Amino acid sequence: MRRRTVLAAGLAAPLAPSRPAAAACPEPRGTADLVLIVERARGSVLVAESTGRTLLGRVEGLGDLSHASAVFSRDARFAFLFGRDGGLSKVDLLERRLVARVVQAGNAIGGAISEDGRIVAVANYEPGGVRLFSSEDLGPLGEVAAIGADGGRSKVVGLVDTPGGGFACTLYDAGEIWLLDPREPQRPEVRRFPGIGRLPYDANLTPDGRFYLAGLFGEDGIVLLDLWRLEEGPRRILDGYGRGEEPLPVYKMPHLQGWGQAGGHLLLPAVGRHEVLVVDRRDWREVGRIATLGQPVFVVVRPDGREAWVSFAHPDNGRIQVLDLDRLEVVATLAPGRAILHLEFTPRGDQLWLSARDDDRVPVLDPRRRAILAELPAEKPSGIFSTARAGRIGS
Amino acid sequence: MPERRPGRLLALALGLGLLAASAAAGEPDAARRAELRHRLLQDCGSCHGLTLKGGLGPPLLAESLAGKDRDGLVVTVLEGRPGTPMPPWKVELTEAEAAWLVDRLIRGELP
Repeated sequence: MRRRTVLAAGLAAPLAPSRPAAAACPEPRGTADLVLIVERARGSVLVAESTGRTLLGRVEGLGDLSHASAVFSRDARFAFLFGRDGGLSKVDLLERRLVARVVQAGNAIGGAISEDGRIVAVANYEPGGVRLFSSEDLGPLGEVAAIGADGGRSKVVGLVDTPGGGFACTLYDAGEIWLLDPREPQRPEVRRFPGIGRLPYDANLTPDGRFYLAGLFGEDGIVLLDLWRLEEGPRRILDGYGRGEEPLPVYKMPHLQGWGQAGGHLLLPAVGRHEVLVVDRRDWREVGRIATLGQPVFVVVRPDGREAWVSFAHPDNGRIQVLDLDRLEVVATLAPGRAILHLEFTPRGDQLWLSARDDDRVPVLDPRRRAILAELPAEKPSGIFSTARAGRIGS
Repeated sequence: MPERRPGRLLALALGLGLLAASAAAGEPDAARRAELRHRLLQDCGSCHGLTLKGGLGPPLLAESLAGKDRDGLVVTVLEGRPGTPMPPWKVELTEAEAAWLVDRLIRGELP
């Protein structure tokens, strides 16, 4: 093995000047342990690896990355980044370079990639709608303007890929769920489900790709659409979960991305409350609530399903809590850094990566011992995305 | 999208210290201003955008605030806007601080 390395290096040497990439990446490597860290203010991303827990490099020039998110190509070599300023960027994780970039709207919130990996869809706030791009070169394929039944243009949230090659999204202002069929991407077919409720702020798909759930801000409740039974239409679950109590002011919108499904339970952050709601996945009834120290933002289940780790809204974002999902109770409270914005497990859950925005670092935890394994420097880190997402439905 | 360095901002604030001392009572001091700036970009920015161009919440750029009632904006910051996700910030900000932020936003000056 060593001899081969020497030989390869010897051969590569004369070619090096014309092939800088070969020098940067002398050994082929996989991508399944790669982690993308968004540096929101700097407009850059860090590429890191979770085997040795080191930073591999930084890719710059990606625009306004506040609230940026990413999806991955199906081979997990490329990341597609959705910036707040409408920028869509394709980044090569191995060569650590920007491959293509388009500014496709004035204001965007996120996106998805089709199950065949060919179409990247972006959810836009301004102008409200969904635009479709080729994952190859980010060339435009088609678009849908989000004009609701009320005739007004709406911001789009909760855009996900659905099994069968489509996408689902939610219209924030109009209160509608739309299913897009991009088989003819120039003219995507739209199936509309209007009147779902007031101000759906985010939506997501269960990990099996069957149920699309939208959280409402303007009402206590969650909207559920069973993609196997579209004829039943959207229905309301957890209606009035606040039981008429005055909700607390919300200093940061909760996210349904990365919500938890464990065993027969689904875990959801309650809006304006210091609670995580636990729902039975068979009949969608509330099984219980777990009282938390603040308003939950992310509720992320460890891949083995035994625990969920929760981050909180300002002013409680310096702490995180661990929920035991067998006993449905808080088992630990940790203070791993200032302004914890996001949490991401490695594919099998041996590590938890956190972004501590106000400390300019990414602590990496051993979630079982609850000990810090490493701390990586990062400038105002926000979203952290493991390439394991490449193989997941609805991410 | 030039990001002003806190150090520079602080130096600037210190340089202007003598002038500021005679300014209206209740105006936040240099350290507090740096904190307010951080708040504005990072916390307000999570809904209104890091560059204040808007997100789930409306843009806070000077041109988007033009023609809006200044005192009404201060009340919105302090009390929130019922029926929308805008929360009341009075637990974090004094009236003078909210007014100071609103004045900067109206003039298009990042504090």
